[in-house]
Amino acid sequence: MPKFEAGTFDVIVIGAGHAGVEAALSAAKMGATTLVLTMNLDMIAFMPCNPSLGGPAKGIVVREIDALGGAMGKVIDKTHIQMRMLNTGKGPAVRALRAQADKVLYQSEMKRLLEEQENLLLHQGVVEELIVEDDEIKGVLTQVGAIYRAKTVIITTGTFLRGEVIIGDLKYSSGPNNQMPSIKLADNIRELGFDMVRFKTGTPPRVNSRTIDYSKTEIQPGDDTAWAFSYETTEFITDQLPCWLTYTSPRTHELINENLHLSPMYSGMIKGKGPRYCPSIEDKIVRFADKSRHQIFLEPEGRNTQEVYVQGLSTSLPEHVQKQLIASVPGLENAEMMRAGYAIEYDAIVPTQLWPTLETKRIRNLYTAGQLNGTSGYEEAAGQGIMAGINAASRALGKEERVLGRADAYIGVLIDDLVTKGTSEPYRLLTSRAEYRLLLRHDNADMRLTEIGYQIGLINEERHDAHIIKKQQIEEEIIRLRKVTIKPTSDVQDIIRETGGSELREPMKAADLLKRPEINYSQIERMVPPEEKKSKEVEEQVEIFIKYEGYIEKSLQQVDKMKKLENKKIPDNIDYNAISGIASEAKSVLSEVRPLSIAQASRISGVNPADISILLVYIEQGRIAKISG
Amino acid sequence: MSNQVRKVKNVHFDTIAAISTPMGEGAIAIVRLSGDEAVQIADRIFRSPSGKRLNEEQSHTIHYGHLIDPSTAEIVEEVMVSLMKAPKTFTREDVVEVNCHGGIVAVTRVLQLVLKQGARLAEPGEFTKRAFLNGRIDLSQAEAVMDLIRAKTDRAMNVALNQMEGKLSRLIGGLRQALIETLAQVEVNIDYPEYDDVEEMTIPLMIEKSTWVRNEIDELLKTSSQGKILREGLSTVIIGRPNVGKSSLLNSIIQENKAIVTDIAGTTRDIIEEYVNVRGVPLRLIDTAGIRETEDIVERIGVEKSRKVLKEADLILLVLNSSEELSIEDERLFEVVSGMDTIFVINKTDLPQKIDMQKVMEHAGTGKVVTTSLVKDEGVDELEEAIAGLFFEGNLESGDFTYVSNARHIALLYNARATIEDALAAAEAGVPVDMIQIDVTRTWEILGEIIGDTVQDGLLNELFSQFCLGK
Repeated sequence: MPKFEAGTFDVIVIGAGHAGVEAALSAAKMGATTLVLTMNLDMIAFMPCNPSLGGPAKGIVVREIDALGGAMGKVIDKTHIQMRMLNTGKGPAVRALRAQADKVLYQSEMKRLLEEQENLLLHQGVVEELIVEDDEIKGVLTQVGAIYRAKTVIITTGTFLRGEVIIGDLKYSSGPNNQMPSIKLADNIRELGFDMVRFKTGTPPRVNSRTIDYSKTEIQPGDDTAWAFSYETTEFITDQLPCWLTYTSPRTHELINENLHLSPMYSGMIKGKGPRYCPSIEDKIVRFADKSRHQIFLEPEGRNTQEVYVQGLSTSLPEHVQKQLIASVPGLENAEMMRAGYAIEYDAIVPTQLWPTLETKRIRNLYTAGQLNGTSGYEEAAGQGIMAGINAASRALGKEERVLGRADAYIGVLIDDLVTKGTSEPYRLLTSRAEYRLLLRHDNADMRLTEIGYQIGLINEERHDAHIIKKQQIEEEIIRLRKVTIKPTSDVQDIIRETGGSELREPMKAADLLKRPEINYSQIERMVPPEEKKSKEVEEQVEIFIKYEGYIEKSLQQVDKMKKLENKKIPDNIDYNAISGIASEAKSVLSEVRPLSIAQASRISGVNPADISILLVYIEQGRIAKISG
Repeated sequence: MSNQVRKVKNVHFDTIAAISTPMGEGAIAIVRLSGDEAVQIADRIFRSPSGKRLNEEQSHTIHYGHLIDPSTAEIVEEVMVSLMKAPKTFTREDVVEVNCHGGIVAVTRVLQLVLKQGARLAEPGEFTKRAFLNGRIDLSQAEAVMDLIRAKTDRAMNVALNQMEGKLSRLIGGLRQALIETLAQVEVNIDYPEYDDVEEMTIPLMIEKSTWVRNEIDELLKTSSQGKILREGLSTVIIGRPNVGKSSLLNSIIQENKAIVTDIAGTTRDIIEEYVNVRGVPLRLIDTAGIRETEDIVERIGVEKSRKVLKEADLILLVLNSSEELSIEDERLFEVVSGMDTIFVINKTDLPQKIDMQKVMEHAGTGKVVTTSLVKDEGVDELEEAIAGLFFEGNLESGDFTYVSNARHIALLYNARATIEDALAAAEAGVPVDMIQIDVTRTWEILGEIIGDTVQDGLLNELFSQFCLGK
């Protein structure tokens, strides 16, 4: 195959899944000339598994992406079929928005954004080789011999690297949903010296809605309140589609037990490590044998299709068993299976080979993001994608790199976990992975990140101005409520009685009264109205801040402590093997991860506090030596 | 440039405190505080006659006044306080030294007071470590520190492992298990809100679990040897057959030692209590009626009381007569004290020895054996040394309940109690579960620090233990 020069770019993005699109859009918006190469232009931002976005932790990531100037939130706001706020009965830190997506609409809307984006060239092509000179990426070579040169390259190939689909005893080379797998690129990445692991994930069968007996299921409608992920969204979809809830039956459990020998999970055919938090139905029934039934959610895949996703029935059993399984579920007795569930194994990069910017340590100017880095989930992919895009473009344009901290964003937690601890299974974000989850709320993602998005150039002036005003209003209203006194007048007592609270005995600052669990901002507002009515978002921020001030304060103190350790930088030329006090296991992981700060080092598993103390002493010693010299 | 003071920003965080004079008796004792909040913490408990606060005073000055317990407003101690502000201090942090009366009781109360005000108990050598990390020590000293760390790494690991065993860690482990189960349930509820697989962790359930943990911590604190000793002294029972010299022993110890508490009632016909301070160890000495089977009703009441006292004793002094052979009654006494912390006092060595020492040693096992002649005033020093040794080496252990004997553990237990109290208060005020969870998690972490499980940045500070604590 003759090779030919096909163009030069600042940034090349390989792949156009959820990581790739965010990477490409952010790079192009920052002014970097960006090429997106994807095997199939019809598969942009495809959702190969569940038709939903958001939920606990993940929904906050969608908001964070939006606050940074990314696309995911805006696109789902335009294309969802249902939205719900979850965990409303709990505190503000864990509330989370979740949307059911119209998969096809989501894809076409995202494709349109890429097509319309200045500086961005969208091209169908199969990358087979990375062009590397002196440990620095120079460009890529495609199947047809085209050489594209670039200052930086981002690989976002998801589960395509040496992908293999498994159903029963059938196993074939394939990307998700019978797409072409990426074999040569996978081999090339290995040859370049990257450590890879084999991961596994799976998806349930889909059935035809027309053949479901919904009378045997419970309806799960969307919320009446109109929600949006994006802070820019002004038009809300009111016409929502419901989901439905049913359960496995005793027959389902029997079928699993009878056919376990046919499951590639149990026959040993699947070697890849699957996620614990997203078990297949085989796993659920085997591991939780005493549970008599499991929930099955029926989720429409879009407005213009009858296809329904059977959440909770993820399986890689043979197709004929899957058919019986479906028929054993109340409501699905006569359901027609449209696609079978399957498991997929794929190569993932060991993510400790990455810097916190998502640049590879091995090859300069090469970045990786998304499921390739060992994560699972569209939101996790997109969160990495936008950061890889920002950093690759910054490198190409000679700008400063950006790393979000664990106290800045769930995206920061996600990337730090990956590059510091690695992962032994497909990594999913959970709220409990964040130490400061009270600070990382879905409602304040804009407060945390809009300024950063603006500095990078992804947030425009108009939105930035609106953000500044909102911030001012919040601060002013908090100050006002701290100053203004509420007297025990009869009007005030009436309002308090409505809430079931105990009456005021003496005058009280409005902020102190708002701290009572039964009181919310709207009652305070009635007692001591502000000069100007505040927006709902401002009121929410004021209420949360005052009500949970004590807890927020505690979290901030912890953050301060961590930041002090974060500021103790480890010199990049450090030779851990030369430090004789450090345990050999710690030496090897420290040499591999090459943490940038003492704080990061202390989070590495296998590095114990003794090693950290020695490291601190060693670094101090180095400094003393420098001063002495 | 060896002693050049470097301009390196201070790296350390919290305020640490420790007793920096040797444990035991002395005219004065010093509790030292170092860290950003050293002065604020001292100000919370220090009252000078002029009413002036320490943070208004000049650095490197010394002040007379009283320490008060802010929770009760009671005066705790009469003190002199030295104020040394950063950077010209040993650690290059703000340093406050509280000079109080000597003896373990006074100084431990002062230490507990500053710990309750937010200081953290310093690990061995931590003051020195801070001095080093804050740039007070030069290169050659730094290398010495490195050597020290290398040499001590293994030992520190062993120490941590040893702490993992034993009754205390099993108890703490149980509390942590209960907490982690509660937390896991909360987390699953949060991350999988629609799954019905896990019962919703409701506020009442959270209150129930937290209350249980709080009560367990209270129990632990109650049995903490130092807490107990500070309140009532180390309960020490003198037993033996009649006429072996029990009362002489009691009198010898009392005569030699100043009584530290005298106003507690409880003296009965059969049981005499005396409070004495033996080499810094407060003892509550109890002399019992002889333990032996008896037909005499009046005497039997005394004996039953003795048995009860015996059960609750922290330390037993079993007195035997050197000039007589071991009797059946002695054998019974050996049985009674088996498994308890006992010092065997072989009295009347001025008379010809008839006792079978071989047998005594067998019964004593790892317990200490001391020979005395109380009429000649011999052996009392050795006995006192043995008592102090048992206490300071932390060898005292009770068969019936767990002692929390380590000051660091006690401080952490107080912290854990405070955070679980916060969680309870929040739960009762109707704060959402995921907020309450913050304090529950913290409690879990603190308890983990006791058994060396979730140690964050400093277990290794052990390594600096070569340096005298508080230096």
